[in-house]
Amino acid sequence: MSAELKRRKAVQEDVVAQYERMIEIREFEEQINGLFASGSIRGTTHLCLGQEALAVGLASVLRPTDIVSATYRGHGIALALGLSPEAVLGEIMGKTIGCCGGVGGSMHLSNMELGLLPTSAIIGGGMPVAAGAALSFQVRKTDDVAVAVFGDGATNIGAFHETLNLASIWNLPVVFICDNNVYGEYSRINLTTPLEDLHMRADSYKMPHFSLDGMEIAAVQKGITEAVNRARSGGGPTLIEAKTYRFAGHSRADQALYRPEGELEKWQKRDPIKLTEQSLVASGALNAEKIAKIKSDMKVTIEKVVATCQASPEPSLASMFQNIFTPAKAGR
Amino acid sequence: MGTTTPMRFRQAIVNALADEMRADSTVMLFGEDVAEAEGPFKTSEGLLTEFGPLRIRDTPISEMGFTGAAVGAAIMGMKPVVEIMFMEFLGVALDQLVTEAAKMRYLSNGMLSVPMVVRASVGSGLGFGCQHSQTLENWVAATPGLKVVCPSDAQAAYSLMRASIQDPDPVMILEPRILYAERGDVDTSLALPIGKARVLRKGSDITVVALGQMVNVARNAIEKSGLDVELIDLATVVPWDRETVLASVKKTGRLVVVEEAPKSGGWGSEIVAAATSELFSQLKGAPFRITTPDVPVPYSGVLEARFVPTADDVARQLTESLKSGTTPKSWWELEGLK
Repeated sequence: MSAELKRRKAVQEDVVAQYERMIEIREFEEQINGLFASGSIRGTTHLCLGQEALAVGLASVLRPTDIVSATYRGHGIALALGLSPEAVLGEIMGKTIGCCGGVGGSMHLSNMELGLLPTSAIIGGGMPVAAGAALSFQVRKTDDVAVAVFGDGATNIGAFHETLNLASIWNLPVVFICDNNVYGEYSRINLTTPLEDLHMRADSYKMPHFSLDGMEIAAVQKGITEAVNRARSGGGPTLIEAKTYRFAGHSRADQALYRPEGELEKWQKRDPIKLTEQSLVASGALNAEKIAKIKSDMKVTIEKVVATCQASPEPSLASMFQNIFTPAKAGR
Repeated sequence: MGTTTPMRFRQAIVNALADEMRADSTVMLFGEDVAEAEGPFKTSEGLLTEFGPLRIRDTPISEMGFTGAAVGAAIMGMKPVVEIMFMEFLGVALDQLVTEAAKMRYLSNGMLSVPMVVRASVGSGLGFGCQHSQTLENWVAATPGLKVVCPSDAQAAYSLMRASIQDPDPVMILEPRILYAERGDVDTSLALPIGKARVLRKGSDITVVALGQMVNVARNAIEKSGLDVELIDLATVVPWDRETVLASVKKTGRLVVVEEAPKSGGWGSEIVAAATSELFSQLKGAPFRITTPDVPVPYSGVLEARFVPTADDVARQLTESLKSGTTPKSWWELEGLK
């Protein structure tokens, strides 16, 4: 079993491992701005701070043979699904150690062994593709499922509506997860969308739908499990709206000065990391001392990841000419 | 020639939009985060304050919807300007532009005009990866009924914006993203008509035609080479200025096109084909193109810097072609890559 599959297995089995992965994502994302400032990262990044419970909750419920399409805000989902921090940070830094050898960048993370399709930088771009993956499962009669993760902004793009309709009439084994983090780029969702509960849109496609608390990993796991079980057993698609909050701006350039005063602070009181800690302490799985150790160990781990990625070579010129077409094979 | 004012490329866009909106109450702007946030690249700074929310509008992330709405508004006598944040986002809205807007006049027996403008940021060099870095002139340039322009400096950004808004037909403006922060002197009284190329430097050895961010690259290359090159900023891709370009090639007998687009299917093929077909007997050497390779735009900074033609590359190829009389190899051919 590859190291990355082992990482995946860990979050499928163990609540403490799930918490550790959330801490890993938090620590990882918090390094990014510093690496920008020091010139190790260029272009742009879209951080998922505050959305760790959804990423890890999803990874803990799915099998590696299930397929996930996600977005440019994909660092957390990639790490949660099991990509190594070196594969993710290396890609963000454009180094050969990255999951795409450095030609993809922050917005394009993937690993098919873990079921992660290349994340898309186009709003809604991954949704029809996930439906197509689900179609392949249906035709081949496997019980795998496809999951499309997308933001609240995507619910206003044609691909969202076309894909929901198609998935519904074909009864595809796909789960649509709208990560409603309240902001589509620089605009608050209420300025661009006439309804608050985005999952209601599934009504017009006769598709089961519900919202869940995206800050609470147990709620994420319960909701996604319900939808995944329906898809696996031939019950067709579901639209889930995970209510989350984007703690950072849209992208590197955005300081999110448009937020109403106090909104961020209100959501930070329900920080998914805090909520998970409270629940694990209550169950006796963790205590204050263990939590402090997990956090300090993770700092060291991520520092090492940064050093490893810094030391990784730049890609060769030849690498930009690779993987454009599939090499020809003899016969069929 | 009026007086010039120094301003950044993006400010030239803001100023052109504002001047057109002051002059014509039917001009309006919409797109993602153009109003409250004043544009992701600050190309609509101050416009909401001056012109109000009726004419300056934020849209949902719905490019097909709002591009199509521009078609309808334009047909009814408005002059909408639509901002597509990154050119690739036009993919989901292409139908409304190339199949609806560009066909309306033809299909209405000349009854309708569609005076709309679609602006999109284009190009490589900023590390945005292969889904946010293409120039994609060829998505739009092969559509009769659609005009396509691409400014290379603040003056062109200002004057082409005004000309595009005033134009009675749909115009696509490709704005090289890497130039937004560049400074230049702008004469707001200077008109640059659509379809008119700009001769930026007179010369007799070679005619170099460039577009967008490649104009600066070509200019630097010419300085490095020390050759007497005539530099033409094509400025309009459709309808391109055959008269200016072919007159120059007739004079120099040599043509080199510098493009940011991939080798296959680039706009420069059209220029080279026209010059070859029409001036064959007067050419002193084979016209050729300097382009990017046929690969997606790579993310890594090292690769992205190598991907695009550089001033050194262009200077080498200009010098070699004059010296040897043959077509020089591209950087990737020299590296043995394909």
